[in-house]
Order: sequence, then structure tokens, then C-alpha cells
Amino acid sequence: MREGRYEGSASRANFKIEAIDFSYFYGELRALKKINLRVRKNSLVTIMGPTGSGKTTFLRALNRLNDLVDNSSHSGKLLLDGEDVYAKGTDVGALRRKVGMVFALPTPLPMTIFENVAYGPRKKGVSSRAALEELVERSLKAAALWDEVKDRLDMPARQLSGGQQQRLALARVLAVEPEVILLDEPTSGLDPISTLRIEELMNQLKRSYTIIFVTHNPQQAARLQGEVAFFYLGELVEFGPAAEVFTRPRDKRTEDYITGKVG
Amino acid sequence: MNPRAESLVSKERVVRQVNLRKEKAAVTLLSFAALITAAVLVFVFVYIMARGLAAIDLEFLLSSPVKMGREGGIFPAIVGTLVLTAVSILVAAPLGVGAAVFLTEYTREGWFSKVVRLGTESLAGIPSIIFGLFGFSFFVIYLGMGWSILAGALTLACMILPTIVRTSEEAIKSVPSIYREISLALGASRWQTVTGVVLPQAAPGIATGIVLAIGRSIGETAAVIFTAGSSLRVPHSLLDPVRTLPVHFYILAREGISSRNAYGTAAVLLVAVLLVDFVAHFVVGRLFRGRGGER
Repeated sequence: MREGRYEGSASRANFKIEAIDFSYFYGELRALKKINLRVRKNSLVTIMGPTGSGKTTFLRALNRLNDLVDNSSHSGKLLLDGEDVYAKGTDVGALRRKVGMVFALPTPLPMTIFENVAYGPRKKGVSSRAALEELVERSLKAAALWDEVKDRLDMPARQLSGGQQQRLALARVLAVEPEVILLDEPTSGLDPISTLRIEELMNQLKRSYTIIFVTHNPQQAARLQGEVAFFYLGELVEFGPAAEVFTRPRDKRTEDYITGKVG
Repeated sequence: MNPRAESLVSKERVVRQVNLRKEKAAVTLLSFAALITAAVLVFVFVYIMARGLAAIDLEFLLSSPVKMGREGGIFPAIVGTLVLTAVSILVAAPLGVGAAVFLTEYTREGWFSKVVRLGTESLAGIPSIIFGLFGFSFFVIYLGMGWSILAGALTLACMILPTIVRTSEEAIKSVPSIYREISLALGASRWQTVTGVVLPQAAPGIATGIVLAIGRSIGETAAVIFTAGSSLRVPHSLLDPVRTLPVHFYILAREGISSRNAYGTAAVLLVAVLLVDFVAHFVVGRLFRGRGGER
């Protein structure tokens, strides 16, 4: 899809995230090919695509976690609130606090439930016990986990079930008070019921956060509603409201993917 | 059944029997090897203890040697060993763990880390007497420390440094990288990530390496005999010379001063080293596991 590019500063304010001819390389390999994509503030975009389509690369470019990969580089622009996240002098720590991330496998940090959620705030300098307790409670409530764990905050977090661990990961991100939340196939290790709970949460959270949700599963993308971006072999093939993409796909590749012919 | 199929079946049976016999032979030989290994340890332990225990009592542990160690106890040597080991660990542990953190968390795999790793590996293979010679000419003579705790401890530190770097590196590398990613993605800095998730997770492995290095320090003879001296007095400062247990044992035995006291010293040394190894393997792991941490 080649929807118009950046059109002027008037429209800029409406977009939380904007990729302009953004490409990403691992050595010689071009993992993303000139992506043009705009995400409105407080909306939910589902990135759907098969393995190797570049969805995770796109996410990890947004919070610059890809910096950890040797020999990686980019071209084009990737704007957050109108500012290039790859601009010189970007405070990567501040960027990552603004752009939180939930990983594919539910992984609690090796500490208590409380400390998992308090980890991010502590590292940015929150040290008063009262403030931390308040933050932890608020974040766990927002992640719909508070009622299940409020009496055992001092237990090792690994004792939680997989679904609870993934909501804990979400609470951990919310505690840093981000504006954007990236989720990288967050339900790939979960049972259907836990998966539904995460999807419901997304619908609540998109009112206050800009959410990018990566999945390889077209049904999930359809359930999440919002907008859908179909990535294929590093290209953004199609982008639009879920209802449109799933009922009237404009590209043959999208159609094949959502009907299960490829993937 | 036709004769050909019948012969195939019987052939299969023979093969199975041969395999079974091979299996039995292997189990016998391997268990024999394991048995001998265990027996050697038991034999050495019993042999030294049988000869040494007779010399050991509280008096022996807590009094100074008389007549070059023919009579009296080994108290100064116990103090010397403890102090020398403690100082060497205090020097080598922060350096070694620091180097390991730098190599694993702060450098990408490249020529620099390769050179440092090659260096530490070769350092680990150098015989301890070479360290003794180096310590003697560098710390004792060139830096003018004389035979002293300081010179001996620094020499020991050089010797155990590679062990600590290697074990710490392994421990740090075994921390799953997802923990680092989670920490960094929450906006933590590299250093916050190292102190917040990496080191706590690597701590049991690092501690085991340090305890094993303590064991090596306690038992080391060649590296300290040239550098810490062989004084029989209780030291009062880091610049005083000391005699360690292995050096005491060596001198008693080599110069035929008292084989009874030599075995007594050896027994104390052996128990100390075994105790340290025991701590390394059983206590350290349990200690850390109890702290809400997990592996």
C-alpha cells in the first residue's frame, strides 16, 4: 500500500507514529522494505504477517531494541510524536519508557510479583515505598491482575500461570507510564481463554494508549478490530480498518494469507 | 516361513546378543573407572588423616612452632594462609568479575574480547611456579615489597584471576538474554540491567568460582614460597612475611624436621580445602536459591 506520504505539519500532530520510507537491514539482509505507515494517537494497529515478514523488526525498531543486534542499520525515517527515534542524541532510555514492550513468551523477572512491576519505576528513580505501592496497585489493576495477586505480592512471580505472567508483563510496562505499547505475539504461548482476556484488555487500553499488536494469526487480527497492517517479506502490503481488510482485501497476497492459502 | 527369512531372524538375534554383551562390558569397565576415581580420593584422605590426626589437637592449632616446627603448633601458618588468601581474593574478585562483566555485557564479540579471552586462557595454563618467579622479581624485588603478605597475595591474585574471569563469564552468559531485553525495554540503562537482573542471576555461579579460587589459593605452594617468605611469626602488617600451611608442610617434610607435624599440617590443609569445595558445591547454591531468586 502506498497511501500518501507525510503531507505537512498540520497533519503531523494527529499521528503518534509515522514511518516514512523506513527500511531496516541486518547486515546485507533487508528485513523491512520502505515501510510507510501512520498510526493515530490512542488507536490500535494490528500488524499481521507470517514468520519472517518483518513485524518483530518493526516493533524492535520503534523502541530501538534492535540496537542490540550487531551490524544492523536503517534508512528512512521513523517518527514518534514527529521526532525521529533514530535522531542523534536521542535518549534511548527515555524513548523506551515512552514506548513499552511486551514480549512473546511470558517471562517474569526472577523476583517477586511486586518487584516485577516496581522494576521499571525504580530504575527511573522512583524510590518512595508509598509511591511504588500506589504505582504497582494501579498497574496491576489496569492489567486486570490485581484481584488475583493482591494477597501474594511478595511471592516469586514465576509461580503465576502463563496467562497471569503475561498480564504481569503488561502491568510491568504500564508501571513505567508509557504512551505507546508494543506487543510482540503476546498470546502465542497462551491458552484460548487467557488469549481472550489479553484481547479484551487491548480494547480497554486503546482508549489511553497507542497500541501496536503483532500477531501471525488473521483471526486474532480480526477479533482485535482497529486497523490491520499486513506485512509480507518485509513489505507493508496492505493497511486499513480491519473490517475492510478482511472483507475486501485489495491485494492478492493479503487475500491468500487471510484465507489460509499461504503463510 | 521361507529359509531366507528364517536366517535373517536368527541373524538379528545374534546381533542383539552381541550388543547386549557389549553393553554389559561397557557398564563394567565404566563403573570400574568411576570406582577407581573415588577410591583414589578416599585412599589419599584416609592415608593423610591416619598419619596426621595424631598430631592434631587444640594446642597444635593454636600455638606457635618451637624449634623450627619440630615441636609446638602451626598457628602462624594458619593465620598466614587465611590472611594471604583473603587479600588475594579481595584483589582478584572485583577485578575478575569486573573484567567478566565488561567482556560479556559491554563489548561485542570482536578482536579485543578475543585477545583478552586468549590471554586469560593462557594465563590459566601457566604453572604456578612461574607466577612465583614473576612475583619474586616484580613485586618482591622491583616494587620493593620484600617477602610479604602483599607480594604473596598479589602473586596469588594474578594466578587465580583467570579462574574467576572464566567462571564469572560462564555464569553471566548463562543468564537468559530475555531478562536483559525486558530490563532494557523498560528503559533501564546497561549498568542498571547488569546490577538489576544479570548479576543477581549470575551470582551463584560467580560465587562458586570465587570459592574454588579460594581453594586454589589455600593450597598453593610454589607461587607463595618465593613471594610471601617463610617467616614463623604471626604477621602484624601486610608488609610482614608469612608462612602458609603448604609451605610449612613443604619445609617440615623436605628438611626432615618432623614428619609427625608435617602430616598434621597436611591433614589440616586437606580438611580446609575439602571444606571449601564442599561450600562451593552445596552451600553457595542453596544460599542463593533461598532468596526469591531462581534459576
